[in-house]
Amino acid sequence: MQKMPQWADVVLIPLISLLLAAILSGLVILAIGEDPINALKIMVEGSMGSKYAWGYTLYYATNFIFTGLAVAVAFHARMFNIGGEGQATLGGLGVALCCLYLPWPHWSLALLGAIIASAAFGALWALIPAYLQAKRGSHIVITTIMFNFIAAALLNYMLVSVLKPAGSMEPATPKFPDTTHLPNFSEMLAPLGIEFSRGAPANVSFLVALVACVFVWALIWRTRLGYEIRAFGHSESAAKYAGISPTKIILVSMTISGALAGMMALNNVMGEAERLVLNATEGAGFIGIAVALMGRSHPFGILLAALLFGVLYQGGAILSQDTTIPVQLVLVIQALVILFTGALDNMVRVPLEKLFLAINKGRKTAPKAAE
Amino acid sequence: MTAPAIELKGISKAFGAVQANKDISIRVMPGTIHGIIGENGAGKSTLMSILYGFYRADSGEIYISGQKTPIPDSQAAIAAGIGMVFQHFKLVENFSVLENIVLGAEDSALLRPSLARARKELKSLAEEYELNVDPDALIEDIGVGMQQRVEILKALYRKADILILDEPTGVLTPAEADQLFRILGRLKDEGKTIVLITHKLREIMEITDTVSVMRRGEMVGHVQTAETSPPELAELMVGRKVLLRVEKKPATPGAMVLDVRDLNVTDDKGVHRLKGVSFNVRAGEILGIAGVSGNGQSELLEVLGGYEKATGTIQLNGTEIDLSGRHSDGQSRRARGIAHVPEDRQREGLIMDFMAWENIAFGYHHEPQYQKSRLFMDLAAIKQDTVDKMSRFDVRPPDPRLTAKNFSGGNQQKIVLAREIERNPDLLLIGQPTRGVDIGAIEFIHQQIVALRDQGKAILLVSVELDEILSLSDRIAVMFDGKIMGERLPEQTNVKELGLLMAGVTGEAA
Repeated sequence: MQKMPQWADVVLIPLISLLLAAILSGLVILAIGEDPINALKIMVEGSMGSKYAWGYTLYYATNFIFTGLAVAVAFHARMFNIGGEGQATLGGLGVALCCLYLPWPHWSLALLGAIIASAAFGALWALIPAYLQAKRGSHIVITTIMFNFIAAALLNYMLVSVLKPAGSMEPATPKFPDTTHLPNFSEMLAPLGIEFSRGAPANVSFLVALVACVFVWALIWRTRLGYEIRAFGHSESAAKYAGISPTKIILVSMTISGALAGMMALNNVMGEAERLVLNATEGAGFIGIAVALMGRSHPFGILLAALLFGVLYQGGAILSQDTTIPVQLVLVIQALVILFTGALDNMVRVPLEKLFLAINKGRKTAPKAAE
Repeated sequence: MTAPAIELKGISKAFGAVQANKDISIRVMPGTIHGIIGENGAGKSTLMSILYGFYRADSGEIYISGQKTPIPDSQAAIAAGIGMVFQHFKLVENFSVLENIVLGAEDSALLRPSLARARKELKSLAEEYELNVDPDALIEDIGVGMQQRVEILKALYRKADILILDEPTGVLTPAEADQLFRILGRLKDEGKTIVLITHKLREIMEITDTVSVMRRGEMVGHVQTAETSPPELAELMVGRKVLLRVEKKPATPGAMVLDVRDLNVTDDKGVHRLKGVSFNVRAGEILGIAGVSGNGQSELLEVLGGYEKATGTIQLNGTEIDLSGRHSDGQSRRARGIAHVPEDRQREGLIMDFMAWENIAFGYHHEPQYQKSRLFMDLAAIKQDTVDKMSRFDVRPPDPRLTAKNFSGGNQQKIVLAREIERNPDLLLIGQPTRGVDIGAIEFIHQQIVALRDQGKAILLVSVELDEILSLSDRIAVMFDGKIMGERLPEQTNVKELGLLMAGVTGEAA
């Protein structure tokens, strides 16, 4: 017995949640004496109204795809990886070391090298909490959160004491060599005769993110490993019965998760900043949790949710720039969206399920009455 | 004429598309024991939950002692003099008996006067109904039979005149069940009205005055117990004639398949679960392991299935199996020809959120026939295999894309059986093969087990249902407290003797 058609579960619920969040945000904006309709217009135009706007929206979305996928893979094994932030930070360190200390002849090779470095560093950072969970039972939520702090401190130390060029006052690495420069959308699309905004940061790592989506989809739903990950995630006792090793699944799923989170650094460190600075991740690791929740841990859903959060991020930035709405309030709006789409899912789901049941019942009894 | 203690008129209740109760009417006279029998999912528990105020009926009326009584919640049910003893006890483990009885019925914010009053009350109840319990014992320290008494006392303390018991004997030894029936008889003599929900025909015949039979949400018959018979009740329950006994030829045991010697298991908490267990199973025979659940049978299956560490030796077809847990798991056991239908299909045997085809590959997902390449699984091949297996085992509905939790208990069990039996194993471990399975499917499952035996396979059957053990097994071993108390041949023993062994009594008892 199907309670609700699948499209309602996948499309309708997020849309209604989003609408509720928008209405509440509108009320908040109204309360501080701004026009919510105007605010919405500014956000939409600022994030989707021009190629330049899209260039930023897609740049943010790329970050969120990577971190969203990271949370999703772990979540399929019922591991709540809160450490995307730290893993992405370490991924950044990997990218920086790879770009600064290896001589790359061409950006494409540098990209391959950076993928390996960022994935390896991110994976390593996830592997330690995973090992502690699998072997010692330390709760993964607690350890991954703590590892975020350790990652931030480690990055601080590396930038201040090791990687900072002599004489510089800023805790940041030198700029990466030109041969590691990743083509942005304007450079990528120019050969095709399409003009794109030169200043926008969206770059070739967006395509890597799309490939990662396909990779995760195939992994989870087509491979034996994905099957075992899902089985373990649904029922540890059944997995044991089937001879699936919990230790192996925890380690492997967290490794993949950490690698994906680490690969976010391709976008923000290698693609945009082209050097490593403090707090380069800007909370994208945490947004990944909301993205994965909203995307129902499915790569396609994550892609859509990441785009939405890209819009919110970029639109929010423009909003605080163009109006008197303070940047904190933009954070409130983003938080409301996370709250409604993630945490308050059941608030929308339960009444909607009842509604569909009532409709189904009506349909079944109606023909009888006609007889 | 006295008014009925309980009268339900036209009760209907739907959960979504499922009509759990359809226009049900029932009358229970005061001072009688009334049985409600039906297969799992027939709607017995729903009906009683409506009577106890857990669910609200979509339509219909409830009369208690002739008075129309709406029961919107359990407080109203208690006020109307209805008490309920649930299948899974609702007791606080680390509270004393007295505290559990008072819980929710305290007189005031101060506990002491309530407890004192309860202690007095308990004493008089104990005298009146022979319901002796130690008021100061902790729940976690007393046995299940005692815990059930506490549940009954809880209801009586709340002045219940009507007592509903939901599958009360599921966790009891035969001796404990007899004791319970004596208590129920005593309660009846004192004028209480008792409603007994069960799927066991034997209990109905033994203790009830009248019976109502439910099938698929409908009431299909009300009969006087004295005027009916088990086959008639079974036919009413299922809607067709059923074979209550398993037909099988005498076993022709062959070579030794499984030889277990001095098996010991200590769990994570340091509790000694198996204490020197030794037995063997030959090809072409069914060894039944009887016992009240929790006496080591689960651990035995887990050890043999490869996911519990043990010391001792196990030989399969003459070669030893590694028991350290380092070099073997469920997969290596399967590779050696041990198939395992676990006791708890919802927790172990199936992934309830997986579709049928995903469950058919479960545990065998490394097999070459299911692989497309080194990395990818061949989903089409698995689905095809699922369709084949579903039709051979008559799984309904035969939809490989349906999620496991949406099948009935019997069909879930058939999925597990299809997966394990069709591997053509040398040894089949099977735990509680018919728990939560409807009578129609029980017949089919028993036939499959016997058929596998007749193909010359060794079968180790663990069940808490004595009837099942007696009718299927070629040899019976009884477990109690992690030990094998003795082996018997089914034709040379009876329920009473086995019941004593299950309670740990050996010697001249038989």
